[in-house]
Amino acid sequence: MIPAYLHGFGAYLPERVVANAELAERLGRTSEWIESVSGIQERRWAAPEATVSDMGVAAAEDCLRKAGVPANTLGMLIVASGSGARGFPGPAAEVAARLGLDSTPALDLPMASAGSLFGLALAMRLAETQGDVLVVGAEKMSAVIEAAPQDPNTAILFGDGAGAALVSARPGRWRMLDAVLHSDGKYREDLAFQGTGPLRMNGLTVILQAARKIPSSITEVLGRQNVSAQQVAVFLLHQANLNLLTRVAKSLGVSPEKVFSNVQRYGNTSSASMLIAASEWSETTSVRGPIVFSAFGAGFHWGALLADSAA
Amino acid sequence: MPDSSRSQRLRKLVQEIAGKPAPEDDQESLFESGLLDSFALPDLVSAIEKEFAVKVPDSDLNPRKFDSIARMDAYLSDHL
Repeated sequence: MIPAYLHGFGAYLPERVVANAELAERLGRTSEWIESVSGIQERRWAAPEATVSDMGVAAAEDCLRKAGVPANTLGMLIVASGSGARGFPGPAAEVAARLGLDSTPALDLPMASAGSLFGLALAMRLAETQGDVLVVGAEKMSAVIEAAPQDPNTAILFGDGAGAALVSARPGRWRMLDAVLHSDGKYREDLAFQGTGPLRMNGLTVILQAARKIPSSITEVLGRQNVSAQQVAVFLLHQANLNLLTRVAKSLGVSPEKVFSNVQRYGNTSSASMLIAASEWSETTSVRGPIVFSAFGAGFHWGALLADSAA
Repeated sequence: MPDSSRSQRLRKLVQEIAGKPAPEDDQESLFESGLLDSFALPDLVSAIEKEFAVKVPDSDLNPRKFDSIARMDAYLSDHL
């Protein structure tokens, strides 16, 4: 298989900042409680009229501009979102059309939280035949929160935003080495949103499984490539909850500083979060070395992907 | 069957993780009572694995199995 490379990332975050104090009042909790159970201080919410596709297009354009790649050269588009406004077509068709693409395959991954990881892993394997593949994760979780009265434990977590990554068989900044993906549908009811009504989350099960499966998938992909967790330059994970990120670091035996976090400022943006994190990290560092991506989400779906600085 | 020595070791683990005394009643839910929060659960399972030299497989990671000292004791009784 011809190797694939990550060329760069992009992101979009809505302007409106929703601080804990605003939610605390509505939910009968305190700002301090929200921060203690999640690490989240504030999140961004999109305007009521803004859509998942609007945010996806903005992140896609940011990524393409930074990578210096015109949209009309893309060989494939993958859009991950668990909060698209309708059943079909998903946001990939609209994002593709608004990027000016009229025959490029555009694939929806209707997956919450783990969607962008699965998109990256697919892109890694498809770049050889498709050319440049743009992976987008876009979520309007505020629409889910506003759809019905929510359990405060759930309502405090989520934010809106989008992230993007460009994957290509052309040599780029990071070489993608390996990926492991897993799913176990017996947990499908433990984290679910039906399109209306409240988001259902069995928090104890989600956290117990995530705290085990994220480190185990990371260990699996590192072991396959003979890389130790201590050698990894940065872990770019789905930004679910700061307490979970800290536990993942502890399980792996690495310093918490190696696990990039921006959940404090953006909350849990589901499938967008890992690529938003990657975009911020890549703009603020020149660190070289192995990078690990990992995510866990509704389904359950989880996995990890290993990349390394290209020579 | 219940093992008083094992129960005492479990009680000690719960106390260490919660930073507060474990409930007198072994049947009392550790999570519904608010003694432990959801993020303490992975720590509790790890502590049980270490203390009792047992591996809890992913398929057994059901919060109900670890909801009270009595349930943890029953799980260990079946797996040790």
